[in-house]
Amino acid sequence: MSTSEIVVGLCIEGDQALDLDAFAQACGLEAGFVRVLVDEGLLQPTVEQPAWRFDGEALARAQRIRRLQRDFEANLQSVAVMLDLIDEVERLRTQIGPVE
Amino acid sequence: MEFKDYYEVLGVERSASTDAIKKAFRRLARKHHPDINPSPDSAARMQALNEAYEVLRDDERRAAYDQVGQGVRDGQPFRPPPGWNSGFEFSGAPADPGDEGDHSAFFEALFGAARRRASQGHRHGDTPRAQGRRGQDHHAKIVVPLQDAFHGATRTLTLHRPACDEAGHVVMQERMLQVAIPKGIRSGQQIRLMGQGSTGLGDGAPGDLYLEVAFAPHALWRVDGRDLNLTLPVAPWEAALGAEIELPTPDGSVAIHVPAGSQTGRRLRLRGRGIPGREPGDLYVQLEVVLPPAPDDKARDAYRAMARDLAFDPRPHFGADP
Repeated sequence: MSTSEIVVGLCIEGDQALDLDAFAQACGLEAGFVRVLVDEGLLQPTVEQPAWRFDGEALARAQRIRRLQRDFEANLQSVAVMLDLIDEVERLRTQIGPVE
Repeated sequence: MEFKDYYEVLGVERSASTDAIKKAFRRLARKHHPDINPSPDSAARMQALNEAYEVLRDDERRAAYDQVGQGVRDGQPFRPPPGWNSGFEFSGAPADPGDEGDHSAFFEALFGAARRRASQGHRHGDTPRAQGRRGQDHHAKIVVPLQDAFHGATRTLTLHRPACDEAGHVVMQERMLQVAIPKGIRSGQQIRLMGQGSTGLGDGAPGDLYLEVAFAPHALWRVDGRDLNLTLPVAPWEAALGAEIELPTPDGSVAIHVPAGSQTGRRLRLRGRGIPGREPGDLYVQLEVVLPPAPDDKARDAYRAMARDLAFDPRPHFGADP
């Protein structure tokens, strides 16, 4: 039972970046909660004027916030600390290169 | 489908208290969480943990699960008893609505229908449209070779998702998509495939499918955003005297000028040779001086000649005093 079709997608950046509603829907979050995440500095819209727009990295970050919150029942401050540490670890891993 | 032993997944006894189950989940979640553990199977591990915890933490779901699971072991063939879908109603909190598709066929067969019923009423973040409701967005990852960012490509992706067949049974549906990877794509970006998510309810439009792009690891290049990094081994005379060296890039080979007097660690930049785009990335080359081995007299004499003829102190900063 498999079908094959050719699908052309759009990379969500620049003109294709998501507005608040589409972004919230894609993350499985309420738009109001996305606002809280931005206000608390956990998430940064890619474009701020005239309206917020979010790119793919913001989408991955919002999903990560959601996972950390859900799986550890963590509050936003703890999630913010975890995000900073994860960013730092990823930056260091990139510097080192592939580790066997 | 195969039976899943959720107690085994969490490593607890069948008689474990809700508290013990929660503790076991927390401990394993800290260890296997995909945002913390970089191993490639951590996402699947976490998904299994979440699924087991979702069932066992809820008294009603746990009781229903215990009833069908009597005498069945992990991995054994399993079919839900007839009338299962209509026989149970779950009043427990609806499972996370953003996670449809994150469950095994086993879970979907047992709890999928009840979950869908429960989430009809309250789904956060979505105002009911006049007619029907938009289908959910799905997420998947796609790993592509770095070359795709330079030339663009069409990649085949096989996706599995639970769906209802005509008799109302949950089956895992496999579908293949040919996805166009645009030139200039970077790791971490998301490709949005409109209308490829869940079908909507009633007149609701289908959801979208988001593909998060990652590059397959490569032996030579490390990718950092738009930039590429390459370690370039050079012979001592190339570093000392300068050289033109051909090096491979995903876009064909280029010649790089190594200035005379270079040392290990020197970084050279080839502007615009990274991932293409409106602002193309750069290619950074880091030199690593590699010494020729000295297995025979000829090589050893060459080193001895250097030791004799060059006034060279590799450790001037050590000073005279210990």
